Amino acid sequence: MTARAQPGRIRRALRGNPLNLIALGLLGLICVIAVLGPSLVPHDPLATDTAVALQPPSAQHWFGTDQLGRDLFSRVVVATRLDLLIALGAVALSMVAGSVLGAIIGYWGGVLDAVVSRLVDVLMAFPLFVLAMALVAALGNSVINVVYATAIVNLPFYIRLARSEIRPRRALGYAEAARAGGSGNWRILSRHLIPNIAAPLVIQGSVNLGWAVLNAAGLSFLGLGVRPPTPEWGIMVAEGARFIASGQWWIVTFPGLALMLAVFTFNLLGDALRDILDPRLRT
Amino acid sequence: MTPLLSIRGLSVDFETRHGTVHVLDHLSFDIAPGEIVGIIGESGSGKSVTACSVMGILDRAGRITRGDILFQGESLLAMGRRARDGWRGRDASIIFQNPRAALNPIRTVGDQIADVIARHTSLSRSRIRRRVQQSLRDVRVPDPERRAGAYPFQLSGGLCQRIGIAMALACTPRLLIADEPTSGLDVTTQAVIMDLIRDLARENGTAVALITHDLALAAGNCDRLVIMHAGHVVEIAPTAEIIARPRHPYTAGLLRSVPSLAESLDQLQAIEGSLPDLRRSDLPPCRFAERCTRRLPQCDAPGPLVLTACGPGHLVACRNLP
Repeated sequence: MTARAQPGRIRRALRGNPLNLIALGLLGLICVIAVLGPSLVPHDPLATDTAVALQPPSAQHWFGTDQLGRDLFSRVVVATRLDLLIALGAVALSMVAGSVLGAIIGYWGGVLDAVVSRLVDVLMAFPLFVLAMALVAALGNSVINVVYATAIVNLPFYIRLARSEIRPRRALGYAEAARAGGSGNWRILSRHLIPNIAAPLVIQGSVNLGWAVLNAAGLSFLGLGVRPPTPEWGIMVAEGARFIASGQWWIVTFPGLALMLAVFTFNLLGDALRDILDPRLRT
Repeated sequence: MTPLLSIRGLSVDFETRHGTVHVLDHLSFDIAPGEIVGIIGESGSGKSVTACSVMGILDRAGRITRGDILFQGESLLAMGRRARDGWRGRDASIIFQNPRAALNPIRTVGDQIADVIARHTSLSRSRIRRRVQQSLRDVRVPDPERRAGAYPFQLSGGLCQRIGIAMALACTPRLLIADEPTSGLDVTTQAVIMDLIRDLARENGTAVALITHDLALAAGNCDRLVIMHAGHVVEIAPTAEIIARPRHPYTAGLLRSVPSLAESLDQLQAIEGSLPDLRRSDLPPCRFAERCTRRLPQCDAPGPLVLTACGPGHLVACRNLP
């Protein structure tokens, strides 16, 4: 809503900080690769050819080949979509569920707030990655469960953020004015309060995306979720790790770089979104 | 004639970390249809709590312990929550002190006025848009077509208060509570906003409860005045009567503390002391007694302080009338 109303803000944010331009550029690149990936690549990412196994980067195979002779460039590119989908799905789920729950407990407070807040504290006391592992193990080893597990371990951040953003606003003038105009609690919450806290939630979501990509890759690195031979950055790093000692550095390096680039982009994007959306920088 | 609003023996307590505060104590007064009543008192006298109790938007710490509020003879406190939500904004509405804070910062002001209309009517979108334009013209917002699409931060404080008035009057309520509507504005804007409220109320037959600490402002705009002190109503009378013949020592003190051009500043008198601590359990029946120069032993005798008639339409709560 803010972006639509103020195209000038976006332009100003881009001009004011060139990093924002880089972030949006990288985001565009990653999105194009994710959408068009499979039709862009020169080789079938699953086709094995042991005759060309473990070849270093060359004109034929830009990123080299792995132990089964698969083209690494094709695999890295094709993996983008899956990794991004897992991260997006997880972040969307936890953002929606977390902000609604956080807004509700922040608005009503009381016993519900106390109970949910303590549960959140308990959830945050676990090392998040270990908790995600345990959840995937408990739910069953599948891609969708990686999405759910990542969403659950991220929930506390959104619940806390939404709760703390709603609390000072519930007694604010416009909430009171809306009530005096005849709006009930749900209407005040959904039409007035939640839209007002969208900016910090979206910024949190963007930073969270980077973490979710890393989390998904980490889980498949350990053999949870996505399974070989599906091209996925975490699996590729895991497979390549065995060959570092023998000098085949490219197998692990390129998927690792792709991961790094994705995380870097989402973190930068968080800063860019803050410049565009943060109400404190407005007017 | 049935009064439009009738507050009867209303008591409100606030639970705080430091004990129970008896904010309102046996508060009673009426507002007739179409009448403009000023509710006067210093900070902490319970004016805004009275307003919030009537609107049913009391903070959760506040609790109505006794009494009733009748609107056209019907108890508001007995009304169900849904009925009360529908009543708010349609039959009664409120204008707040800080106009900018009372508007949602991320929605256009036109949308916010439209919200109120849509909440209480079943008009089509285009009819609502026309009503919004009309209500903006009513509060004399220049260039209403363009201003309807503006966000609150793009408007001045005076314009925001006009939007607040437009929102409050969008459904032509029977009662408008104006809670310090001009305190956040500069002096020239104050007069304009006050004229606007008075004129629109007269046109629509809306009764107004003007809550203010500014006796001069109230005297210039109200038919009757209700003087509050520490959660009590101490005096009620028509404006001219109260200015000419204040009966309660607090009212008299208030009048002496209003500066005017005719007198020199040396003649201004402050009222000694301050509001009593409302958490005390040993509050005297008359909460003004400890600041009063006319205090007699009978003032501290147990038993409730009652408003008694002492002239046409003139009520006062004092046991030692001269």
